[in-house]
Amino acid sequence: MGSKTHNAMGWLFVLPVVVLVAFNAIIPLMAVVNYSVQETFGNNMFFFEGVKWFEQVLHSDRFHASLGRQLMFSGIVLAIEVPLGVAIALAMPRRGPWVSVCLVLMALPLLIPWNVVGAMWNIFALPDIGMLGRLLNDLGINYNYTQQPISAWATLIAMDVWHWTSLVVLLAYAGLSAIPDAYYQAAKIDGASSWAVFRYIQLPKMKRVLTIAILLRFMDSFNIHTEPFVLTGGGPGNATTLLSIDLVKIALGQFDLGPAAAMSIIYFLIILLLSWIFYVVMTRDEEH
Amino acid sequence: MRKLGWLVPALYILFLLLPIYWLVSMSFKTTNEILGAFTLWPKKFTLENYQKIFTDPTWYNGYINSLIYVVINTVISVLVALPAAYAFSRYRFLGDKHLFFWLLTNRMAPAAVFALPFFQLYSAIGLFDTHIAVALAHCLFNIPLAVWILEGFMSSVPRQLDETAYLDGYGFWRFFGKIFVPTIAAGIGVAAFFCFMFSWVELLLAKTLTSVAAKPIAATMTRTASSSGYELGLLAAAGTLTIIPGAFVIYFVRNYIAKGFALGRV
Repeated sequence: MGSKTHNAMGWLFVLPVVVLVAFNAIIPLMAVVNYSVQETFGNNMFFFEGVKWFEQVLHSDRFHASLGRQLMFSGIVLAIEVPLGVAIALAMPRRGPWVSVCLVLMALPLLIPWNVVGAMWNIFALPDIGMLGRLLNDLGINYNYTQQPISAWATLIAMDVWHWTSLVVLLAYAGLSAIPDAYYQAAKIDGASSWAVFRYIQLPKMKRVLTIAILLRFMDSFNIHTEPFVLTGGGPGNATTLLSIDLVKIALGQFDLGPAAAMSIIYFLIILLLSWIFYVVMTRDEEH
Repeated sequence: MRKLGWLVPALYILFLLLPIYWLVSMSFKTTNEILGAFTLWPKKFTLENYQKIFTDPTWYNGYINSLIYVVINTVISVLVALPAAYAFSRYRFLGDKHLFFWLLTNRMAPAAVFALPFFQLYSAIGLFDTHIAVALAHCLFNIPLAVWILEGFMSSVPRQLDETAYLDGYGFWRFFGKIFVPTIAAGIGVAAFFCFMFSWVELLLAKTLTSVAAKPIAATMTRTASSSGYELGLLAAAGTLTIIPGAFVIYFVRNYIAKGFALGRV
């Protein structure tokens, strides 16, 4: 590809992007930082409080509980969606008319507004009039996601798997279609097992797209708000109150700006830190 | 083993379509039927729900509002991302790598964190409850994504193309508009598709930044759900209609969606 040329004009080209993103990122972030170190009693009077809110949030059981639920949620959905997505991509046809059909149908859930996804599953899973809830109860399973924490969690995870596995499939499929046929023929001549083909040809070729898939799925599952909010509203009790649901409750519900802002910053830092760790671990080998 | 391979995607697609089928079938039922008994398909088929949406301005304006800000956002995002992605793919300049990663970190920012400061910021500059406010706010996550995807597509175009054009006497902008942009048309399609998609599905910021004049359809749905009782058929019809623009757009880029991410660099 040749090396890039030094050209300070580059800054001119990226200027519009920097201005627009900075306007949306830096001003609100500074507002959050401001709130996080101040106390207010209304009337636009603010008093400097230092790190008081940060200490309060970091020591609060409520924050620990939401963070725990959030980590559990992201962990479970990643553990299901990534292997499942790869398995489906492997089984998909490589060419022919069915490819387009599969791709279009699979992309459908990605294109539904998030609150519609939540509302759809909310009704779909209702134990009395919803298809899923009705089916499970008819099979003799006592299922009611509005009252049982375990049912609520199962519904939440089923909804996320339904919503986002397709993204992993699309990415993994893109990685697979980039493998030249010659690789498979060579493996066939060598008499390689299908496991060996997967382990030594397909998986290494998918590594880059899987890195993107895992990073995107991690960030988005950690930021998830609308779908669980519409599905369960964080209930029953606080069973499905994830980090962002709790944050919005504190910020807009109780209007505790200081603690909410401190929590926002801690939240953002956790995402940055974990994404960075994922990134470093997954691209480690490429350094050498 | 190999012969039964098609079952895996087929079962998965069935699993994807079940809730969608449920939503669509509910949209053709009357509220009484939905609440009264469990039926797998509409017993009394009705178009009443759709009729209500297409005749009541508070409903159909929601769709128009959503489409307006989504289209504005997609146009802005792709237009400003084009030169930026070109610079990232062709030039080396002070702080280029850091800038690229800073852009991507904005893709990680939880919308919940920004809801309140966004409300204050856009109220302060007098843009609250306008389409442009939502379009600009969605730039936060769509511009980084567009730059990321376009940069991947551009880097796969050999640099010789640029050099040959300059030797032939093309100026930069003429080369960019006449030769380079058509070359990466597929990439632009994919970037536009993802901008459209993420702006269309996002609700938290869109809802925070609007009240009446620019209220998105998804917000109309949540507010109606609480104000007019439990009109499930109507909600189902509104939900069904929100799937259509996405399905329409995806049809055009179906062969490129997967490729879009495969080329992007991490």
